Amino acid sequence: MSKTDNTVVIKKRKRSLNSVSIPAEIVINVILGIFCLACIIPFIFVIIISFSSQTSIREIGFSFIPNKWSLSAYKYIMDLGAQLWVSYFNSFFVTIVGTLLSVLICVLYSYALFRKDFKFRSFFTFFSFFTMLFGGGLAPTYMVCKNMLGLSDNYAALIVPMLVNPFNIIIMRTFFQSSVPTELIESASIDGSGEYNTLFKIIVPISKPGIATVALLNALAYWNEWFIPMLYVRDAKYIPLQYLLMKMQNQADFLVRNAGVLGAEASKIMSTIPQDTLRMALVVLIVIPIACAYPFFQRFIISGLTIGSVKG
Amino acid sequence: MARLKAEAKGKERGWGNRRKKTILLLSMVAPGAIWLILLRYLPMFGIILAFKNYKIYTKDPSLFNNIMHSKWVGLDNFKFMFKTSDSWVMIRNTLGYNLFWILLGIIIAVSFAVMLDQVTNKFVAKSYQTMMFFPYFLSWVVASYFVLAFLDPTRGLIAHFQKSHGMSVTNWYNEASYWPFILTIANMWKYIGYSTILYLAAITGIDASQYEAASIDGASKWQQVWYVTIPHLKTMIIILFIMNIGKIFNADFGLFYSVPLNSGPLFPTTQVIDTYIYRTLMATHNEGMSTAASLIQNFVGFICIMTANTIVRKVDEESSLF
Repeated sequence: MSKTDNTVVIKKRKRSLNSVSIPAEIVINVILGIFCLACIIPFIFVIIISFSSQTSIREIGFSFIPNKWSLSAYKYIMDLGAQLWVSYFNSFFVTIVGTLLSVLICVLYSYALFRKDFKFRSFFTFFSFFTMLFGGGLAPTYMVCKNMLGLSDNYAALIVPMLVNPFNIIIMRTFFQSSVPTELIESASIDGSGEYNTLFKIIVPISKPGIATVALLNALAYWNEWFIPMLYVRDAKYIPLQYLLMKMQNQADFLVRNAGVLGAEASKIMSTIPQDTLRMALVVLIVIPIACAYPFFQRFIISGLTIGSVKG
Repeated sequence: MARLKAEAKGKERGWGNRRKKTILLLSMVAPGAIWLILLRYLPMFGIILAFKNYKIYTKDPSLFNNIMHSKWVGLDNFKFMFKTSDSWVMIRNTLGYNLFWILLGIIIAVSFAVMLDQVTNKFVAKSYQTMMFFPYFLSWVVASYFVLAFLDPTRGLIAHFQKSHGMSVTNWYNEASYWPFILTIANMWKYIGYSTILYLAAITGIDASQYEAASIDGASKWQQVWYVTIPHLKTMIIILFIMNIGKIFNADFGLFYSVPLNSGPLFPTTQVIDTYIYRTLMATHNEGMSTAASLIQNFVGFICIMTANTIVRKVDEESSLF
């Protein structure tokens, strides 16, 4: 709180004393404005394309001002997008379960590392940290996961490979170090509080901002992941949204082929698919949850990344 | 005296407690540690694949048997990899793009952060931050469709513009020479906002009295930026620079695989070590070569990051990784 007040005061003082000349500020605003527009215009463009009619696209291509608007892509998804809803469910399911599990594991691990009186503290710090520096590589990891651990065509295959991230352990431990006083743990232990009790009843409640940061980083990683499913998933039942979108780069008909439509009917539908708008509509449906959550988690992510940037 | 005695007593009593505590804390690291063993340490033994010709052992095909019964081939995998021009192309691309983007990223992000700091309207400044941070939250697959909307050879915005102005249509996804530019724009688009915000956080931490003192001494705004702001950012710039150099052998897989739509003709400018490792494993099913490439990447990367860390330690001990 005091910090934000401080910056406000500083800003005000700075402005009254000296700020850039008006023309210079205009130039600055133009440059930043153009870049910022460039950051969001592609998304707006894709939204517009998803609402364009297929005939308009045939005539004037993708355009910011289509000849004719249409809801056909979204209608099509509603009517025949069984695969889409399966993928939507998969993405949400994997994101929620994955985030909960990985946050739990991360908090437990980093809390033990934070405890100065933990006998094997330096060993386990190195144990997780070393994996950031060296690894077996893609092929051995893939073979171990698929052949030994059975991570293939199931939900575990989407969740387990991303459960632990040493980077998040570092962030979480740094949060503990900066926000939890050691005396608190000592006094809790004198009062007869067990280790797990201390962690979940005392430490976790006061570390909420840190936990929120790690949770959001995890949620974002799970929601945006398409490489792991590309490696471990063949069965359409387990395909999450991002990988579905990835597949549709080359096979726009993927949605129909998995909708259980057969033969002549399928080819009839194929010819009526609004292929271009359909894919763009899918992009919109993927980005909307992020865009909705974005204002809420921007702040937490920034604080987490500021720590992360210093430590790795 | 009395206190010492009490402490000694406490120590005796505490011995059992301490053991219990250690066991409880060990149980806390257990889930993470087991994961690390299974998914990070176990695959490290698979590195021997780099020196073998991996074949399925048909009599009893388990991963362990397959690896053990595959023939040793010494350094053949490495020799074969370096015989083709592929290896040099991918190493050149990985190093070249990384180095160029690290430098370009620093220049743009620091300038943007300095500019953002001069914007007097707080609401406008906040909006800029929100907008430029947005691409960071999107995946490369989503970004690849953004690129496609502009570059699609039949319906893309640029193709249509070319058509309606009587120019010949460029087939972006078939012409490798355009991609260094496209990839650079895509990479900057995604990450500049993020680094700008990091630098801005450091700038807002600078004490206003320093600017006041400078302006009383007659320093112009540009001189203030040059003599107050930049020196304050110097350590951070150096550290982020060195840390990124430490990762110079690793590429952003999604950018190089998904944004060019995995298009073959573009490989001369889009193939990097990470995509090569993936393609030799999943497309050509050559486990040995893929592992060999991983091993080189890991080995060189390890040396790079250790060197980077040693240098960072000399600049600013607090900021070193370990």
